Amino acid sequence: MTTTSPSRLRSAITNPWGKSRMLPLVTLLYVLWSIIPVGIAVLFSFNSGRSRSTWQGFSTRWYVGDPAAAESVLYDPSLRFALNQSLKLAILTMLVATPIGVALALGLARWRGRGVKASNLLMLIPLVTPEIVMGVALFLVFAEVYDFVPFGTWTQFLGHVTFSISFVVIIVRGRLFAIGRDYEEAAMDLGASQFEAMRRVLLPLLAPALVASLAIVFAISIDDFVISQFLIGGAETVTIPVQLYSGARLAPPPSLNALATILMVVTIGAITIAGLLFRALGKRRGERASALESVAGFEM
Amino acid sequence: MPTNLASGAEYATVGQQRWVWPGFALPGVLWLILLFLVPFYAVFAIAMGQLDPILQRATPEWNPFYWDLTVMGEAFAELFGGQLGVIALRTLAYVFIASLICVLVGYPVAYFVSRRAGQWRWLWLLLILAPFWINYLMRMMSWVNLLSPDGQVNRWLTTIASWFSIEFVPPDWLAGNHVVVILGLVYGYIPFFILPLFAALDRIDEATLEASRDLGANNAQTFWRVTWPLSRNGVLGGLVIIMLPMFGDYYTPNLLSGSPRTRMYGNTIDQFINQTTSGGAVGAALTIILMIFIAGLMVYYLRSISRASQEARE
Repeated sequence: MTTTSPSRLRSAITNPWGKSRMLPLVTLLYVLWSIIPVGIAVLFSFNSGRSRSTWQGFSTRWYVGDPAAAESVLYDPSLRFALNQSLKLAILTMLVATPIGVALALGLARWRGRGVKASNLLMLIPLVTPEIVMGVALFLVFAEVYDFVPFGTWTQFLGHVTFSISFVVIIVRGRLFAIGRDYEEAAMDLGASQFEAMRRVLLPLLAPALVASLAIVFAISIDDFVISQFLIGGAETVTIPVQLYSGARLAPPPSLNALATILMVVTIGAITIAGLLFRALGKRRGERASALESVAGFEM
Repeated sequence: MPTNLASGAEYATVGQQRWVWPGFALPGVLWLILLFLVPFYAVFAIAMGQLDPILQRATPEWNPFYWDLTVMGEAFAELFGGQLGVIALRTLAYVFIASLICVLVGYPVAYFVSRRAGQWRWLWLLLILAPFWINYLMRMMSWVNLLSPDGQVNRWLTTIASWFSIEFVPPDWLAGNHVVVILGLVYGYIPFFILPLFAALDRIDEATLEASRDLGANNAQTFWRVTWPLSRNGVLGGLVIIMLPMFGDYYTPNLLSGSPRTRMYGNTIDQFINQTTSGGAVGAALTIILMIFIAGLMVYYLRSISRASQEARE
């Protein structure tokens, strides 16, 4: 093929995906566009001045600044409450949704009989329900039907577990099908009871999926905005995303950026720890899921 | 399922199995019935329930025989010919344009990272996954920072204008600018489009493409007749994943504009549910309309997916 510029241009039009410089350039520009704004927000959380657009030097005053001024994440009560509330909800949700989801995955994978199809459908629909629909439904049901549950941490917790269960089921079910029933049946042939086989054979094999589930539930709970906002109680049940939403337009000091940065670090930390554990557990069993599978399963 | 009936001990487990597995599923199923199915039905019960004449509050009507369609009817009347119709059309336009941009930008990115990135693939993959670990609201807040009247964007523009000695009045980007809201939607949702598409492109066997070239197709023909059809389901899947939340989005237009000019459908629901105390029934009716629309979208998606797999089999 000649490389004169008209034919180059023509080939770029008819075949934009050829060996051109366009693809890496578009990707590079996309990545820069997606990361730089957040990078700037993180940078200004370390600004020593009150501005979020003029750099005045490095400082950690918006993170741990002095108690008297009460303007750092550590000493501003509204910011500290938001951090507490987010962590509290994420940990509670993780600890409750994971066992329920694992049990449901086991049940749905092995229960043969009436009701399994309907239960499967019931588990799948929350995954395609827009958050606003689930938010309205839960808000209305707690306002008009389950009115014995007070709005606040309780309703937020119940809501978070509800949207997390299906994610756990999807993760664990994939792993269950990959394991199959052979190991358990071998254990039972060797004299183990059903429950012993589960505890000593199946559960260890499921460990990577359990770790992944815990991490994903933690991440989607701490990341959630819509359900937390619809089911909010008082000012003390504001979570970090809700605080970011209500504070962003009010020309806040960089402490809001500091709060957002902390949320980002906590999420990335949780995912990284889970990723390392996942790899370690998978390796020990002599198998490794593809890198994409393990990362792609996270979030969403 | 083959069950081992060899010994007496196995009989016990066979007997157990009747209740063991449904027993495992029970807590999850109960949870989803009480906190997903009942709330779902409550939306209908409240939208078509009675309005308490004194408290002006919606009371749920659980029996469909007594459903009162007044509020639903009013909502539909607003949708076809009222202010709500304008908002719904605007939402459709925003979502359509934002999705189109997501495809135009996201496809080359996913294609490059899955097939052309070479040895730095892991780094590119990490970079396109990075937005997943950053909270949506933080990503929006970053743009609020940049676009605020004294933010970076106006500073840069003022500097550039001064080089060419042009008179430049910094605009307020965050007061009802359609382009800002649409680009905000793209910024927020495009990672969720790229990832499933990346997975679909990644699954295409290099041998298929080689076969196409061996049979005489050039690169363009190979792309349009092999790669594109094989990645179509990835594009559709990605579109569904980003369009479902976009139709219910209210926080993006609220943060990046807050003006009635850029109101989306979700803002109306948010207004009736979160900002008024007596809007329950109307909010529920609006939610039902959204659910009907989204169910239609899902049916279309599932049909086109099954049609595509049927074609592939033939």
